[in-house]
Amino acid sequence: MQKSAVRWGLLALFADGPKYGYQLKNEFDAHTSGGWALNVGQVYTTLDRLARDGLVESVGSNADGREVFAITGQGRQALADWFVSPVTETERPRSELAIKLAMAAIAPGVDVAAVVQAQRTESMRQMRDYTDLRRHEVQSHDVAWLLLVDHLIFTLESEIRWLDHVEATVLRRAQPHRAPTPAAFRPDDVEVGGW
Amino acid sequence: MSAFVLRFAGVSRIYGVGEQEVHALDDVSFDVAAGELVAVMGPSGSGKSTLLALAGGLDAPTSGTVSVEGVGLAGLDAAALARLRRDRVGYVFQDYNLVTDLTAAENVALPRELAGVGARAARREAVAALAEVGLADLAGRFPDQLSGGQQQRIAIARALVGQRRLVLADEPTGALDSHTSLAVLEVLRARIDAGAAGVLVTHEPRYAGWADRTIFLRDGKLVDATGPRQTPEQLLGRMV
Repeated sequence: MQKSAVRWGLLALFADGPKYGYQLKNEFDAHTSGGWALNVGQVYTTLDRLARDGLVESVGSNADGREVFAITGQGRQALADWFVSPVTETERPRSELAIKLAMAAIAPGVDVAAVVQAQRTESMRQMRDYTDLRRHEVQSHDVAWLLLVDHLIFTLESEIRWLDHVEATVLRRAQPHRAPTPAAFRPDDVEVGGW
Repeated sequence: MSAFVLRFAGVSRIYGVGEQEVHALDDVSFDVAAGELVAVMGPSGSGKSTLLALAGGLDAPTSGTVSVEGVGLAGLDAAALARLRRDRVGYVFQDYNLVTDLTAAENVALPRELAGVGARAARREAVAALAEVGLADLAGRFPDQLSGGQQQRIAIARALVGQRRLVLADEPTGALDSHTSLAVLEVLRARIDAGAAGVLVTHEPRYAGWADRTIFLRDGKLVDATGPRQTPEQLLGRMV
């Protein structure tokens, strides 16, 4: 996960009141079922940076002697700005898959259909597994967890659709004069669309 | 009895002869066990509809064998094949295919009455099947008094009424919005989890994700299938 996502995610958790570091980690775990895999050191480092930037401030210690932080007015404004600002393309990680398929399409001797199918099968396997996870654990998690799983499912869906597009594009370019098969012998012609 | 509700063993279906010959299915083998839903994906013309037609005994393979509950379809005469289709196999189509002049319960009871079950017993089975898809209270409604999602859930009840344990679904969510599609898939999945077996043809990756396995067809060949499941820990480790 990108550092900025951790920073904003943690800051957002302050919206409902002051918290100490370990409490933040626990709340992250509760919302993501441990999927974010934050260690407590990362939480404290991020807290220090948020304090340095004036977005949170120390408000003393609790009964256990843990330092408690609260969001500042500047922090609330920054958080509000973050929520309304779209994530721009340049902030997203580069896709190895996109590069792999683009290179496969131009490199000699690569069976693009095989590359596409291997990825399609793996992506569909993940789709099934996340769908299973969502189906079986929907009752035991909050809406934040649900939306994170849904994000993975929709991302996979988009990836699989893009793979179909890659395959169709490469095949079309490779076979520009493909003769149609007689309609009488194409029982599947009643289907519409691609995959 | 076979552990598999549906088995394709080296199934090919060739239409036409000579230069006109088209291999709609080419040496396809796969099984569907009780409690298992298998999705079939592939581009148009890849053989998905042919596969469903063969699975339901509506067409016969050129070579290879199709078995339903351990019974090879090739060995059945026309009457036995019709009986097997009626008693063992249910269909769910994109456009529901309910009889408009019959109520929901009458639609679901119809295949049982055709199988020779008395009207009252068939009605009881139909109401039970409707209850399993959460629609017992709509038993007296006619199809045009029901939403698309409700009609499709009734079609699923009909597909698995009585002794039927194999459901063949051809784009069952094709005419439904996303939310309703998920409700229909939940019902289908619940019936599979209760011991039925299913084949789901779909273009939608998100809906194929409800299946235990997806097989991929291309030019009539089975080119790949999804592998074993990952553990929840492996999945959660990649959530962001």
